[in-house]
Amino acid sequence: MARLEVLKTYKIYIGGKFPRTESGRYYSPKNAKGEALGNICLSSRKDVRNAVVAARKAFGGWSERAAFNRGQILYRIGEMLEGRKAQFIEELQLQGATKAKAEKEVAVAIDRLIYYAGWCDKVSQVSGGVNPVASSHFNFSVNEPMGVVGVAADQSTSLIGLVSQIAPVIAAGNSCVVIAAEELPLCSITFAEVLNSSDVPGGVVNILTGSLDEMLKPMATHMDVNAIVYTGNDAETLNSIQEFAVENLKRVRHYPQDWMDAKAQGLHYITDVMELKTTWHPIENIGGATSSY
Amino acid sequence: MIFTEAFLRSIPIFVGINYQSMAKKKGTTTFSIPDFTQSPRIDKVGVEERVSRFQKRSIKKEAKMQGLRMALNMIDLTTLEGKDTPGKVKQMCFKAAHLHDVHPGLPTVAAVCVYPSMVATAKKEVEGTGIKVASVSTAFPAGQAPLDVKITDTKFAVDAGADEIDMVISRGKFLSGEYNFVFDEIAAIKEECGKARLKVILETGELVTLDNVRRASDIAMYAGADFIKTSTGKIQPAATMQVTYTMLEAIRDFKLKTGIQVGMKPAGGISNSKLALHNLVMVNEVLGSEWLTNEWFRFGASSLANDVLMQIMKTETGVYQSSDYFSID
Amino acid sequence: MAKKNEKINWEYAPAPESTGHVNLKEQYDLFIDGKWVKPDSGKYFDSTNPANKKKLASVAHANEKDVDKAVKAARKAYTNIWSKMEPSERAKYIYRIARLMQERAREFAVIESLDAGKVIRESRDVDVPLACNHFFYYAGWADKLEYAFPNREVSSLGVAGQIIPWNFPLLMAAWKIAPALATGNTVVLKPAETTSLTALKLAEIIEESGLPAGVVNIVTGYGDTGAAIVNHEDVDKIAFTGSTAVGKIIQKAIAGTHKKSTLELGGKSANIILDDAPLDQAVEGIVNGIFFNQGHVCCAGSRLFVQESVADQVIEKLKHRMNSLIVGDPLDKNTDIGAINSKEQLDVINSYLKIGQAEGATMYQADCAVPSSGYYCRPTLFTDVAQSSRIVQEEIFGPVLTIQTFRTVDEVIQKANNTPYGLAAGVWTDKGSRIFNLTTKLRAGVVWANTYNKFDPTSPFGGYKESGFGREGGLHGLEAYVKLN
Repeated sequence: MARLEVLKTYKIYIGGKFPRTESGRYYSPKNAKGEALGNICLSSRKDVRNAVVAARKAFGGWSERAAFNRGQILYRIGEMLEGRKAQFIEELQLQGATKAKAEKEVAVAIDRLIYYAGWCDKVSQVSGGVNPVASSHFNFSVNEPMGVVGVAADQSTSLIGLVSQIAPVIAAGNSCVVIAAEELPLCSITFAEVLNSSDVPGGVVNILTGSLDEMLKPMATHMDVNAIVYTGNDAETLNSIQEFAVENLKRVRHYPQDWMDAKAQGLHYITDVMELKTTWHPIENIGGATSSY
Repeated sequence: MIFTEAFLRSIPIFVGINYQSMAKKKGTTTFSIPDFTQSPRIDKVGVEERVSRFQKRSIKKEAKMQGLRMALNMIDLTTLEGKDTPGKVKQMCFKAAHLHDVHPGLPTVAAVCVYPSMVATAKKEVEGTGIKVASVSTAFPAGQAPLDVKITDTKFAVDAGADEIDMVISRGKFLSGEYNFVFDEIAAIKEECGKARLKVILETGELVTLDNVRRASDIAMYAGADFIKTSTGKIQPAATMQVTYTMLEAIRDFKLKTGIQVGMKPAGGISNSKLALHNLVMVNEVLGSEWLTNEWFRFGASSLANDVLMQIMKTETGVYQSSDYFSID
Repeated sequence: MAKKNEKINWEYAPAPESTGHVNLKEQYDLFIDGKWVKPDSGKYFDSTNPANKKKLASVAHANEKDVDKAVKAARKAYTNIWSKMEPSERAKYIYRIARLMQERAREFAVIESLDAGKVIRESRDVDVPLACNHFFYYAGWADKLEYAFPNREVSSLGVAGQIIPWNFPLLMAAWKIAPALATGNTVVLKPAETTSLTALKLAEIIEESGLPAGVVNIVTGYGDTGAAIVNHEDVDKIAFTGSTAVGKIIQKAIAGTHKKSTLELGGKSANIILDDAPLDQAVEGIVNGIFFNQGHVCCAGSRLFVQESVADQVIEKLKHRMNSLIVGDPLDKNTDIGAINSKEQLDVINSYLKIGQAEGATMYQADCAVPSSGYYCRPTLFTDVAQSSRIVQEEIFGPVLTIQTFRTVDEVIQKANNTPYGLAAGVWTDKGSRIFNLTTKLRAGVVWANTYNKFDPTSPFGGYKESGFGREGGLHGLEAYVKLN
């Protein structure tokens, strides 16, 4: 007799824990064939609020980790994703991808994590520098993480958009609240499980499933969110994000990219969610006669 | 730490020094001596910026004339050479009282400054003019002699009639961290001065850093200096405005802490009117007008007087001056 | 010999900078497409000297039609000439402007002081040289942009609309125009209504430099003129320096458009004095931090935090220093603090002085004399304030300092960051490891350690949080004016 399969319950990911939405609501997206993907949490604005609180709490510790350590953790995420490749391929296929496409997407996602893992301890060397001011001061600029970043994930992919948007944000030292692809939510929660087993401190990445329209406003108007990263080409959505962002002058980053493109990665995705800090300090005796050479 | 006779006498190096009389002279019975290793830190670049603000003051018209006359009246007209003779000193003393007699109503300088061997001559020459006689001492300029020699040197000058003693600190001891030695030596010389006012020369060109200048200023003042002075004139750099500024801040802090007013004497390198006026601006703004008399501020200089005189004449006549019209000495 | 105990009172005689070399017209038109044109409305307004309320010149009030004309000229110049020009040639034009400005530096300084109330010492030694140097710095970037953005394709944006404030009129014009030109954009710039004159003098220099017509257009006017620039659909980029409130209005107005923006807005920056700091230099840094340019500085160190163990000493020294500041005629070379830029701003400052007193704070003002005519405010500090006092939270934009004490480094970091702003901060301590702890944790775009209010063309400037976004100055300042692919 065939064994009865145990179905997975998809929850959301807040502060390193997997609660159900506080609203108790769910939705059941279907794939192209009309098959139900599962009962997915329909997160509410209160989940957004809780996620932002968790992200803010995690920000200090994560941003102060050594860049090398952040790099190791991102690499670990890649390793864990590699180890659970099969599960992601299966989910992508269930959500409508061919096997070949699904395999490709997972491979690109893993490679992208490895790419950003390598950036962590190189960003400030490449993007900052010493500024040769004319007065007797040592002056240098370095990029620092912005804080809590709201990520409106690519709605057209389940995994690669999510990974491509999260990786640079956390490589920079930010924490984030991610709204997953509404109709393709499976990989987001499985990816949360990967994060949870990859030494990423709880709260650094928080993932919510549900309606983008519903959650965008509480996230983009939230006064404790420092930036919004949006992938998509919906002019109205972009416009409303920009308007929502005004009250605390959130930085809005819009990436209309196809994340499967091998070139859809780079240093600027990291520095876009960083602030440049310039520090001055006096230098004694500059131009004095005491130079030994 | 409380600065009491009993306490200090319990420390071997202080034995034999009568602190009680010094305390009386200062008009107070007790005050605490700070730990000189903890003297305030000085940021050199910040000091340079502050000094540049003084240098940007534009002193014109009546303010300039008033400043120039003040400067003249604050000069310690100085000769400190191996080849000094009574003849040279006599001529300098005459100049001190008769700066430029074609222009009546000019002030005299504050003092003449000579070696101990010239004090008696100078004293006689300036008698009745109100001009003080200052003598360098303590094995000036290097100060590399034992304390008893320094005391004898000082006693000789005081006995010869010196109104003021310009001592040097032991820079070698200071730089090797023996602050107590430096303190003790100053206190001992102060004792020997009696009624003569003591100027303590830090020789800032050898202390090099402004942190050291500040620390040495503190040591000198707490040890009993009536004046602190930048330099001997034998070492470069001498009285830069950065150094003088640092010392003025030390004087101000000392006044705030103890209530005791200490004078300032930049010496060496202040050779023209503009520099002198910048120094006065600095005194005025850092310490206030209380210090703008020769009781509390002096210039140690030999060539400054004539430049100031030329400026005064230029201001009065509107014509640029020639040094041929102003007596050297 | 001076009599002993004679009370000396040495006051500096007036030392006014001469105005003989200044050449101001009675009336200024708009500088559009390389020509001086009358405003469509025919309306002009007065630019006055805040030190004596006297009129300096009348200035054209541009309306939407004038702005449209300017944007069209800028577009035409962009398409036909400027975007096609060899970058190395572009560079030479910008160098030429820098040189012409240097040659007329003194005239610029005096006009700036007349028009803005800024003291001549600052306009002469800070504003004007920095403005010239800014052009000089960015000129050199014009043909090196590929080195600034490795692995990216760099292109210009098009027409940049730039709106600048009244606190550093010429310097802000330079901060805006120089990088825009170096990156190949053309410009429509609006100076603040109270301080248009140096921007108009700059237009004269631009005319003299032979820069192709329409590359830089200067339109004068009020907020409506600025709004016309912001709302013009053929503008590709808005660069604004000013208040956070207006910054938000602009951001709302351009939401959903293709316009890029950079905003350099308000601040309430913390200046932190630790107990081991070089205190006398720190006091000077406090004075520089809050009284520079009458406190009309977005990055002013307006919130002073002093460690409790040295608080009394620092406050005593600070009061003493404040009393040596000379408030008065901006053109006098000895003046430390000049006139408040306008009556409106003086009213704002005075209202905060009342608020502070009503909140129960203790107010101390320097005992200096203040001229009876013109707009002046004595250097002021408030003690007995709390983190929740309005005068601690809100930007006053005047010579008004609040002083809070703290006990530990962690406490002061928290308090310093406890603000919607994040423009600048100051830290004073002798200990290197402590400096880096603080400078790393302070959420501000510019951190001055053992110094304050220093600026340089090579040094990026700009804020975190509600102090705006984007950087001006340095390599990073180029990014505001380029498209990267």
